[in-house]
Amino acid sequence: MKKTSRSLPRFPAALLVALGVGAWVPALSAEEAAVAAKPNGKKLAADLPVEIAHLTQPPMVPPPIGRKHPAKVVVDLEVKEVTKRLADGVEYTFWTYGGEVPGKFIRVREGDVVEFHLNNHPSSKLPHNIDLHAVTGPGGGAASTFTAPGHSSQFTFTALNAGLYVYHCATAPVPMHISNGMYGLILVEPKDGLPPVDREYYVMQGDIYTQGANGDQGLQYFDNTKAVDERPTYIVFNGAVGSLTGDKALQAKVGETVRLYFGVGGPNITSSFHVIGEIFDKVYAEGGTRFAQENVQTTMVPSGGSTIVDFKVDVPGTFILVDHSLTRAFNKGAIGMLKVTGPETPVIYSGKEVDEVYLGQASDAGAKASAREAELVAKKAAAIAANPEIANITKEIQLERGKKVFLTSCFACHMADGKGLPNVFPPLAGSDFLKADKDRAIRIVTKGLSGPITVNGKPYNNVMPPQQFTEDQIADVLTYVMNTWGNDFGTVSLADVKRVHSQN
Amino acid sequence: MVRIPAGTYAPILRGADEPERVPVAAFLLDARPVTNAEFLAFVRAHPKWQRSRVSPLFADTGYLGDWTGDLELGPRAPADAPVVRVSWFAARAFAAAQGKRLPTTAEWERAAAAGFTSADGATESGFSATVLAWYTKPSPETLPAAGSGRANFFGAHDLHGLVWEWVDDFNTAMVTGESRGDTGLDRTLFCGAGAANARDLTNYPAFMRVGFRSSLRANYAVPNLGFRCAK
Repeated sequence: MKKTSRSLPRFPAALLVALGVGAWVPALSAEEAAVAAKPNGKKLAADLPVEIAHLTQPPMVPPPIGRKHPAKVVVDLEVKEVTKRLADGVEYTFWTYGGEVPGKFIRVREGDVVEFHLNNHPSSKLPHNIDLHAVTGPGGGAASTFTAPGHSSQFTFTALNAGLYVYHCATAPVPMHISNGMYGLILVEPKDGLPPVDREYYVMQGDIYTQGANGDQGLQYFDNTKAVDERPTYIVFNGAVGSLTGDKALQAKVGETVRLYFGVGGPNITSSFHVIGEIFDKVYAEGGTRFAQENVQTTMVPSGGSTIVDFKVDVPGTFILVDHSLTRAFNKGAIGMLKVTGPETPVIYSGKEVDEVYLGQASDAGAKASAREAELVAKKAAAIAANPEIANITKEIQLERGKKVFLTSCFACHMADGKGLPNVFPPLAGSDFLKADKDRAIRIVTKGLSGPITVNGKPYNNVMPPQQFTEDQIADVLTYVMNTWGNDFGTVSLADVKRVHSQN
Repeated sequence: MVRIPAGTYAPILRGADEPERVPVAAFLLDARPVTNAEFLAFVRAHPKWQRSRVSPLFADTGYLGDWTGDLELGPRAPADAPVVRVSWFAARAFAAAQGKRLPTTAEWERAAAAGFTSADGATESGFSATVLAWYTKPSPETLPAAGSGRANFFGAHDLHGLVWEWVDDFNTAMVTGESRGDTGLDRTLFCGAGAANARDLTNYPAFMRVGFRSSLRANYAVPNLGFRCAK
């Protein structure tokens, strides 16, 4: 600031406007901010004890503040553009706050005066800034931290509101800066702190748009069109596929309470955040300071938003963190792991109690089912034997079923009206040939017929193939053709069919 | 130098009353950025622009920071690589000493809009993606030779893909000429505000150039920021 303002006096007023001098002065100095925060103005920032903020790389979280009074906290954050692993065999140039994605975790206390330094590494290609959602003021600090490569900016704010807040770069084009990794979380602890837990971790989700497809090897570049269309190639936790799996899994012990500070950088995709096999005992929804809900399976976290979830781990095992919009987890990378070690608690979770071979029919259960079925079939047969009338039930039912059989096959030649085709296919309607011999009809349907015949005085010489009907169907279809289109030739029973079949 | 014929330039940001396209008269433009060797010759002839002598008003402490001395380039500043870490003041002085000037934003953008085979790169398949790729990579420790990139339709090399370049009116992107209005303008382009008044919201490289220029002050000597001259 000072150097720049010294360089300006020689220039005409128009150029001063062009350089935007006024816009570069922070809205409030540290002292003013402290006074603004305390209306009585008793305590100036200058009187506050000074602390250097302890920042951590993901997935670690700085220890609780523990202070019962405000302090002036100095935060030093370096912007660096680094090429890192995005997935196996895939590299990407991330723009980072502190060398990792997400950026370093910042932890302050409600009422603290934060002196913020944003340092843009000389190797950066672009200017960057920071918008902390914890800041009350224009651009959340973005207006005061716009920093060219190889430069450093400072501004001061008072953390007026407690909560878990996203911070991100807000330099145009913002979606690209965020997609490339420029986001993180700042926790403003309530004055009395949060309830103590055994473990705290830091996880953020982001969507990445590469010119190549998911899995395409080598250095990948940002894809403008996919970003505008919101078609991410990768959706990941903590900046890379597999950043929280295997050796890098989060750790806890049985009986401990775990707190996850979870945020979504975006730029576009919200998260259905879920831990497989766990239930969130408490959810501080949207990163607010009161836990708004208990016993939650999946909590929705918006882009540019956060949540705090607490849960006690009761049993050992690997618990999987996912975006439960599941192709994001299954296909795009949004998977992490929490490994819990310790003694089993079978009352809560038994583990697998039974594993045995299942053979269907060959198994005990299958054999029992088959035996029961056989028993029922035998009962039915006995009932029919005792009262043959019930086998085909009634002529009306036979006609109904026979019509269906006729219309699957017979009608193709004999026609739906039973008249056949003159000189080619003989008629059934009014057929003396059909009327003459019921048993012959059963044999013809069963075995087919070829060679010359005479029907109603007219010669036919063609081939009828055997029909693949059950004995029931034969009885039904013959009853149908012998009692339709004006025919009244009597019925064919299942017993008739069985009798004819038994004759040869 | 190469001749850039008269044409138009469509600013990515413009006021409501401003035309969509701005006419740009024909001009001459250096075919490649100014090299370390050329800038060394300049500071020899004009000692007040040497690193130890330059006024802090005109260049910050990073000025010619890759050089090993006032008149020694050293290993990080090859003679044929583009000179970087030069302030706007120094770049202007260099141009004036050659009887040239810095191009305006309109001129630079007009020249850089050309593709490899036509005057409008946006219509060339893959051109925009190639341009965008450079912006996503951090600056290398040592830059390649100026002029080694493929010449564009007008015969100019390295307008994309090598270094940022100063323009004469680098910090006017947000200025409408109406001074009362200017004070309300959001020159830092943060967040969604960057999209207000924008012409083509999908032209990310154009946004980045506007953003980059807006982050500068005239005495800044930024790594990877060089210049070329116009006439």
